[in-house]
Amino acid sequence: MAAVQETVDHVKSLDVTEYKYGFFSQFEMDMAPKGLNEDIVRFISAKKKEPEWLTEWRLEAYRRWVTMEEPDWARVHYPKIDFQDLYYYAAPKTASGPKTLEEVDPDLLKYYAKLGIPLHEQELLAGVEGAQQRRVAVDAVMDSVSVVTTFKAELAKSGVIFCPISEAVHTHPELVKKYLGSVVPTSDNYYATLNSAVFSDGSFVYIPPGVRCPMELSTYFRINEQNTGQFERTLIIADAGSYVSYLEGCTAPQRDENQLHAAVVELVTHDDAEIKYSTVQNWYPGDAEGKGGIYNFVTKRGDCRGKNSKISWTQVETGSAITWKYPSCILRGDNSRGEFYSIAISNGYQQVDSGTKMIHLGKNTTSRIISKGISAGHSQNTYRGQVTAHRKATGARNFTNCDSLLIGQNCGAHTVPYIEARNDSAQFEHEATTSKISDDQLFYCMQRGLSGEEATALIVNGFVRDVLQQLPMEFAVEAQKLIAISLEGSVG
Amino acid sequence: MLEVKNLTVSIGDRKILDGLNLTVKDGEVAAIMGPNGTGKSTLSYVIAGKPDYTVESGEVLLDGENILEMGADERAAKGVFLAFQYPVEIPGVATMTFLKAALNAQRRQRGEDEMTTPAFAKKVREAAELLGIKNEILKRPLNVGFSGGEKKRMDILQMALLEPAMAILDETDSGLDIDAIRIVAEGVNKLRTGKRSFLLITHYQRLLNYIVPDTVHVMAQGKIVRTGGKELALELEKNGYRDFVTATAAE
Repeated sequence: MAAVQETVDHVKSLDVTEYKYGFFSQFEMDMAPKGLNEDIVRFISAKKKEPEWLTEWRLEAYRRWVTMEEPDWARVHYPKIDFQDLYYYAAPKTASGPKTLEEVDPDLLKYYAKLGIPLHEQELLAGVEGAQQRRVAVDAVMDSVSVVTTFKAELAKSGVIFCPISEAVHTHPELVKKYLGSVVPTSDNYYATLNSAVFSDGSFVYIPPGVRCPMELSTYFRINEQNTGQFERTLIIADAGSYVSYLEGCTAPQRDENQLHAAVVELVTHDDAEIKYSTVQNWYPGDAEGKGGIYNFVTKRGDCRGKNSKISWTQVETGSAITWKYPSCILRGDNSRGEFYSIAISNGYQQVDSGTKMIHLGKNTTSRIISKGISAGHSQNTYRGQVTAHRKATGARNFTNCDSLLIGQNCGAHTVPYIEARNDSAQFEHEATTSKISDDQLFYCMQRGLSGEEATALIVNGFVRDVLQQLPMEFAVEAQKLIAISLEGSVG
Repeated sequence: MLEVKNLTVSIGDRKILDGLNLTVKDGEVAAIMGPNGTGKSTLSYVIAGKPDYTVESGEVLLDGENILEMGADERAAKGVFLAFQYPVEIPGVATMTFLKAALNAQRRQRGEDEMTTPAFAKKVREAAELLGIKNEILKRPLNVGFSGGEKKRMDILQMALLEPAMAILDETDSGLDIDAIRIVAEGVNKLRTGKRSFLLITHYQRLLNYIVPDTVHVMAQGKIVRTGGKELALELEKNGYRDFVTATAAE
């Protein structure tokens, strides 16, 4: 049998149900009634004891949302979502604001142990300090609420605010009011507007002027409850001359039904500030027939508001049944810089439509896009990118490199770049390649002793190396393992 | 010891090997010579386990064990090594990383411990020095942008590292200048120790001036048509393959 045929057969018999994070934690939950209306929005707001302005802000978003249409331009296909058949609020009852780890439900700690990534953070959550040279502060969000935030006190010493956004609304209302919705307005798009109406929790970060955040900040998102949408809202502000590196990880249990995840992430950098935002997304992708899995409809946008500021997105996307996600940069400040480094792996029946937007508004702004898409099984993987230079954005420069790798014969890779320069001095470069892992490469590696899967993982890791190098070191190691796991069974 | 018995192999409808018999004893250096398109490379691929071929009949025994049902990786761990006529590029994978992954994959399959990084680095350095391979090249992605000679030397470096029982060199001399051939040949000669067997596949007698074989086989139309000592290579150099090709065609 030819290797290609073997590959195809193997892909057909592929078992994506072996999802490593497919456990379901038993917690007593506090839920809102099913469905969505103004009362539910008020219920969520009341649960979080929000001020009047925020309740109104949500209601305004809700009223707008009911007039909007679900977008259908992405290259993804799924049955229509019944938004009235979802729960919009679910909170573990025991998680009402633990102050220390000791107060955290032991079941919750067990759940972190099961979560498994990254291992060093598990130790930190369990209180094993000093076990690592580098420390990471973690905010863990389960279903609708933030359940634990570590290292808060230590961060406060340098003036860094890192807390659940629901808490920031009370402790730092002026910052929340000033920045919330300032990058992704409530009217932005269907899912972002929905998120604005019902967002439950998420992380809030503020780095004061001139401060380099003393450790990596990290959030873990997990959808646990059945039929529950997860709508986190993350807001990160880097004030003038500050720097922060932020990591986001996601998992969800295995379920037959599709679960909806519609998050909004807003980043703001002032003059000379930098935010590095890394994501390792590993939501449940659905089973071998494409049943179940997360619908991941996420709006992520950064605003380089100040001059010489920088926002860098790095993402490793291996999960979700459907991904609809375009982390973008608005390069408003002169000399500001936007970066997007992406690895998107699809297997089984996953559908990915992801990319970025670089909107050049300020003078001499620069951006760089490196996208690596890997498709296996019956999956479809689309890169969609937009690079524009405003009339006044003289000297704008962009470099885009967009590579696709195909494994097997039933998958697809698509590249849809939009490039628009409205002034003569803009310089945009776009490079794109599509390749297959060749049978010759596989045989060469196997002749040297590597198994088919080891060989594939090695070749794929080589393919994505440029992007892996952008990840913080601990995450890069995890990401490498995740890539190998995601491609298991994709080669004969 | 390698024994190929009555091996018939086809690709699609085309028969390439036709009842081929060949024995390479422990410690023996055998050369296979023959014109283009007689199935020399096919033989090396089938022994190494490339999956594109259909074995119609026959067996390939390594130390008495039939390896035809084994995957290429399993055969590698048993000691089969193939130096490729066209070594493959692996973009983004540093040569050192690849070498270590390969060596440790074989060790794991054999139930041995993985080699420590310092021991591995020392081993690679020694082999690289022997073959005149610069350290910088080991940091570059495997074979990407290497010259033809560098690629061939890199394959011999892998052979030195993996210490196979049965090494097959497929047209290793093609595309090499005379200095490079000498370096590669010296590398091979240093590895001619103990039980290790070699099968050299070549068009030209030239390589055999540097790696002197114990046995020379002539291959034509998918089978071995004549076997002799090293002097047979010289005879071929003088008279060409014409006699063998017509002789077998007339059968």
